[in-house]
Amino acid sequence: MNVAKTIRYGAWAAVALLVAAVSAVTVMKFVKEDVPQAATVQIGGPFELVDGKGQVFTDKNLDGKPTLMFFGFTYCPDVCPTTLSDMQGWIDNLGPKADDLNFVFVSVDPERDTPDVIADYVAAFGSHVVPLTGSVDQVKKVVKDYRVYARKVPLEDGDYTMDHTAAVYMLNGDLDFVGTISYQEPEETALPKIRKLLGSS
Amino acid sequence: MKTRALLVAAALVAFTGSAALADSIQHGDLTIKDAWSRATPPKAKGAGAFVSITNNGSEDAHLTGAVSGYAKRTEIHEMAVNDGVMKMRKLEDGVVIPAGKTLELKPGSYHVMFMGLKQPFKMGEELKVTLEFEKAGPVEVTFPVMKMGAKSGKMHH
Ligand SMILES: [Cu+2]
Repeated sequence: MNVAKTIRYGAWAAVALLVAAVSAVTVMKFVKEDVPQAATVQIGGPFELVDGKGQVFTDKNLDGKPTLMFFGFTYCPDVCPTTLSDMQGWIDNLGPKADDLNFVFVSVDPERDTPDVIADYVAAFGSHVVPLTGSVDQVKKVVKDYRVYARKVPLEDGDYTMDHTAAVYMLNGDLDFVGTISYQEPEETALPKIRKLLGSS
Repeated sequence: MKTRALLVAAALVAFTGSAALADSIQHGDLTIKDAWSRATPPKAKGAGAFVSITNNGSEDAHLTGAVSGYAKRTEIHEMAVNDGVMKMRKLEDGVVIPAGKTLELKPGSYHVMFMGLKQPFKMGEELKVTLEFEKAGPVEVTFPVMKMGAKSGKMHH
């Protein structure tokens, strides 16, 4: 099966993500008035995960600061290392202001990405990004609540790869989803978005 | 015509052997260049390597696989990010390089995939990976390891 074909299968998930990229308020305009409030698209919310030291890490640990959140896995040959490298570039660029933001890397592959594995992986790019993983159920809940696309695809010998959302999420201090920075987005557009996110807090 | 081309190819192979030249290898009708990989974080189990292959011949060439001792499996993969979702697949049948065309194995696209790395790749190392072609046969290619998260094999200045 080629990628083009499988992408088509994932297209609906992508559509969901696009819809999600619009704020909940805008989404309401498309929703008929008789549809109950519960149908509003909500992205984000409280979570409970585990950090690189194996300790509980929840949304409370974000200290009310805006957050840049990326979902990946350590078997990833390309998108994850380049995004972590990009994040490090943003951090360097922001200087001391980077301390007013959270940078978080959430594994969508908790079975292989144990706390020590993800801690070493993320630390290799710099010390600012918080590595998060958790139990299968904890990660599943975050993936669902944050409308992340994550799917296990079997390879040989019981190995597998993960199809996953490649964008970096931007969340304000109240944990509301405000947009994304896309894979390989140039710094010229990514940095203004991040500065705006900082200003909104 | 074809015999002559083969003789020329054979002569080229004999001349260059399978060792990498500074930045380009002639392998039959194929020009293989700009090979590179990137350093991997500790405990990372996956890695990619990239290279450009030009088919100067009049017939399609077929990259069927890759072999190395660095990982449990070395494979040819395709990756794409569409509508914000990253997908990666093993290409069971490899990739065809049409006559006169160049196949770029590059980030975000085709790559040599190392599944189950035995050791991290370190910046400055040179990986030896054998690429296998249906007609041209195997050829060993040297992949210099760039820094972690590098986006190309070119040195930054
Ligand atoms: Cu791959």
